Amino acid sequence: MWMAEIPVFVPFFVAAAVALVTRGPLRSVLMLAIIAVSGLHLWLVPAGIEVRVSFMEYELIPYRVDGLSLAFGYVFHIAAFISVLFALHLRDTMQHVWGLIYAGSALGVIFAGDLLTVFVFWEMLALSSAFLIWARRTDRAFRAGMRYLIIQVVSGVILLAGTLMYAHSVGDLEFGFIGTGSPAGWLILLAFGIKAAFPVLHAWIPDAYPEATATGTVFLSAFTTKTAIYMLARGYPGTEWFVYLGAVMACFPIFYAVIENDLRKVLSYSLINQLGFMVCGIGIGTALSLNGTVAHAFVHVIYKGLLFMAMGTVLHTTGTIRATDLGGLYKTMPFTALFCMIGSASISAFPLFSGFVAKSMIMSAALYEGHHWVWLALLLASAGVLDHSGIKIPYFTFFAHDSGIRVSTVPRNMMAAMALAAALCLFFGIYPAWLYDLLPFDAVYNPYDLTHVLAQTQLLCFAALAFVYLNLTGIYPPELVSTNLGAEWLYRKLGRRLIGAVMSWVRGRDSGLRAAVMKRVNGLMLYLAQLHYPGGRMAITRPTGYMVIWVAILLAAYLWLLLSFPNEMAGSDHH
Amino acid sequence: MSTQLAILPVVVPLLGAPLCILLRIPRLVGLFAIVVATLSFIASCLLLLAVQNAGGLLIYEMGGWPAPWGIEYRIDYLNAYLILLVSAMGAIILVPAQTSIRRELQENRHTYFYTAYLLCLTGLLGILSTGDAFNVFVFLEISSLSSYTLIALGSDRRALTAAYQYLIMGTIGATFIIIGVGLMYMMTGTLNMFDLFQRLPEVHNSRTVLSAVGFFIVGVCLKLALFPLHLWLPNAYAYAPSVATAFLAATSTKVAVYVLIRCMFSIFGIEFVDTVLPLQQIFIVLALAGIFAASISAIYQLNIKRLFAYSSVAQIGYMILGLAIGTELGITATMLHLFNHALMKAALFLAIGSVVYRIGSAQLNHYAGLGKKMPLTMAALVVGGLSLIGVPLTVGFVSKWYLVVALIDKGWWLVVVLVLISSLLAVIYVWRIIEWVYFVPPRIIVDEVREAPLSQLIPVWLLVGANIYFGLDTTLTVGVSEAAAAALFGMLP
Repeated sequence: MWMAEIPVFVPFFVAAAVALVTRGPLRSVLMLAIIAVSGLHLWLVPAGIEVRVSFMEYELIPYRVDGLSLAFGYVFHIAAFISVLFALHLRDTMQHVWGLIYAGSALGVIFAGDLLTVFVFWEMLALSSAFLIWARRTDRAFRAGMRYLIIQVVSGVILLAGTLMYAHSVGDLEFGFIGTGSPAGWLILLAFGIKAAFPVLHAWIPDAYPEATATGTVFLSAFTTKTAIYMLARGYPGTEWFVYLGAVMACFPIFYAVIENDLRKVLSYSLINQLGFMVCGIGIGTALSLNGTVAHAFVHVIYKGLLFMAMGTVLHTTGTIRATDLGGLYKTMPFTALFCMIGSASISAFPLFSGFVAKSMIMSAALYEGHHWVWLALLLASAGVLDHSGIKIPYFTFFAHDSGIRVSTVPRNMMAAMALAAALCLFFGIYPAWLYDLLPFDAVYNPYDLTHVLAQTQLLCFAALAFVYLNLTGIYPPELVSTNLGAEWLYRKLGRRLIGAVMSWVRGRDSGLRAAVMKRVNGLMLYLAQLHYPGGRMAITRPTGYMVIWVAILLAAYLWLLLSFPNEMAGSDHH
Repeated sequence: MSTQLAILPVVVPLLGAPLCILLRIPRLVGLFAIVVATLSFIASCLLLLAVQNAGGLLIYEMGGWPAPWGIEYRIDYLNAYLILLVSAMGAIILVPAQTSIRRELQENRHTYFYTAYLLCLTGLLGILSTGDAFNVFVFLEISSLSSYTLIALGSDRRALTAAYQYLIMGTIGATFIIIGVGLMYMMTGTLNMFDLFQRLPEVHNSRTVLSAVGFFIVGVCLKLALFPLHLWLPNAYAYAPSVATAFLAATSTKVAVYVLIRCMFSIFGIEFVDTVLPLQQIFIVLALAGIFAASISAIYQLNIKRLFAYSSVAQIGYMILGLAIGTELGITATMLHLFNHALMKAALFLAIGSVVYRIGSAQLNHYAGLGKKMPLTMAALVVGGLSLIGVPLTVGFVSKWYLVVALIDKGWWLVVVLVLISSLLAVIYVWRIIEWVYFVPPRIIVDEVREAPLSQLIPVWLLVGANIYFGLDTTLTVGVSEAAAAALFGMLP
């Protein structure tokens, strides 16, 4: 009865349909069971399966299994299971259904063997994830979701344009290495780059993710960006400038994350920082670095999910997620605090936690290939990660000053989901061999040698020291409610006059430019609305005479064109 | 027998129309009209097969008079395909019409509706079948006059002014066409299209023939509502009875596009038209202007029928764009979009008709909350909308794909970009509907609304199914479109 050819996204869409019609405990059991069965199914599927169908003049491959897609497929199943488990207490059918469709679409992209199938799932991914933001049902969330959807749809249209050009120049839609050698490749890269939050194209992540529901963000953090990373790893491995781009991506969000007050926004910035490591790994393009990227994406999905879950739990139980309002929660939420710290340790790449075994692969690969400056930048980024995600998140939530908030109970399913994710973080950290077995390329690597452990521990100690110092001297900013003021003050006090000036100049210019563009856009929209609204000049019911005038004008134009240019060609056309 | 088939799709509704008047009993008339239209549809299926068997061309001489003296019907892939489309739409739309017009029209007008409907069908099929230029004019008048009647039957009083404006504009268009035909007759002494095609080169440099080109093209562009001659269309579609809108939107502009293709390729010859007129440039500009102006107007409409009427104007832009490309690929894209757009618009307007049947309004703000009350109809509306946008797995995607591939092949990158951007405009106006249907809290009056009756749901979903089926299996549509385009280019000297 078991068929290896059944695409793995099918069970997810079935689960979505089931979630639509069932309720209560039955739904909970069915959803988890279907994902578990689907995971088992995927585990048994051998690499090398392809399903081919012909469509128009092309041969499409809607389902293709190989090592790279399998690794992402496994972690997406884990993420889906954990996210669904975390959201189980909700009675909101809409979130369950769209969450499952969303996860299914992500799997659809991962296992798509041609660009057209990618496009279809790409758009489904965009639409379904928007519903997770709208599910918060506030006006603010609706608008954020709308902005998010527009950007995602634009990315889809660009992908389609690239696909069309690709199909025209190559004559084939198979999705393999694309490269930046052609305009089609650049367009497709732009589409992927939007989803992968390349610098400048990244704004949608901190804009939209913090607006989603407490449970929705857990879904969002797992799939969209990692799907994009997968696409880059398949289509553009070894693109030289990715190395530097990745380094920039890893560094710049730190400045934003440190001064941000909304803790889920902090995590959103740190998400971009983590993507930077992966993009860097893709750019290096050796077997080791690509393995590192896959491994990093794998463990990242789990620990980032864990952190978003911890923050989601806090948001769910206290109703706020602002660093200034929180603190001292460890007394009433000891387990959440513990899980959060495991997540923090993982993302900061402490030895024996999952982040360490993956991140060091990419950094080692950078060293082997002679990118010393990039290695340094990544090191800086690692220190930054520790400061904002590793320490800031748990410290200001669970410790720091006592906010006086006392929490009654955390839903059990939330605890279970966090416990599972925390266990996985530790497991892959302690037994990295299990993780390395899943990786698609051949490269031998041992993270636990003396230099790695020592270097990483030193780095972490000093970063932690810096945090302690800044915090003791009262410089560390999140206790300030106003972030903008905080930024300037922070950098001046630190003596980083230059950086501070540059940063505020950039931020000022950035917001000024944005305001100017938005003003223009709004003006244009208003103009178009006035023109086209019923009663506007373009859409008014015109008197018949007006229509006739147009007929006369066109006729006159045609006759003028036809008659006033005596045509030798026409005359010589005699038979 | 197979030659008689050429005339059967036209004759059946032509005979059926007067019989409707004689029958008088509204319910019987309705059923009778379905039978007539279905027979016509079956005949056109057989006709397409016969054309295939005959190797792509079937000629029927009216009354045994040989051309060029008699009237001949020349059926090739191009018109057999469109005859099939128009008769299929004619038949399927009559099913929901039974219930829909009971709500929208007074009882004593039902018979007139079916009569006018069948006459309109006759006219459209006649235009498609005939190989005689004057005959085109005659059938054009039959279809136009009956469509003015159909529109004027609308219950909204504005339907009368809309029909009146359409009457004036349509008559001007028809007059221009007959002037064009007359000028050609003056120079060649023949009315047969094929004969004209052979004789016109002798008099190509005469001003009379050149003027004929101008009159003919402007007249046809008026009928097919190419920007800026589209102004009659939004009101006509908005205030006509819903099923009449569905029928006209699905067929009449398509037939006008056919006439344009015929006149460019089979009467004047595309080489001649290209030498005397920068038609490519004119059509690109007008098509793009139409696509953008109409799509933006559609975004701001409050009446959903008017919204889709503007969207029709935009879609006609895509068809003309394919024509402007002027390559075989371009014509294939136009032909595909003719077929596919008919499927989308029929589905959409029928779904809207169901809503009008239930809530008596086509105002967008009355759609709030209908997502829960009429889930199947609204789902049909959404799928139709997705098809209009050009989402994969629907027909809209197939035709847009071919159009863009044709544009890329020609190297018109800027136009490619504009076409893709214009799709985003379609996303916006379809999204506005989705927002009203699913996200805006319902108003009180919606409480008693129920799902549309089966007699309306089944045809709507049949069309939605066709939207998806032909989006997946493109053998028929692409195959016939390519054959038709190849045949048109095969006529080049």
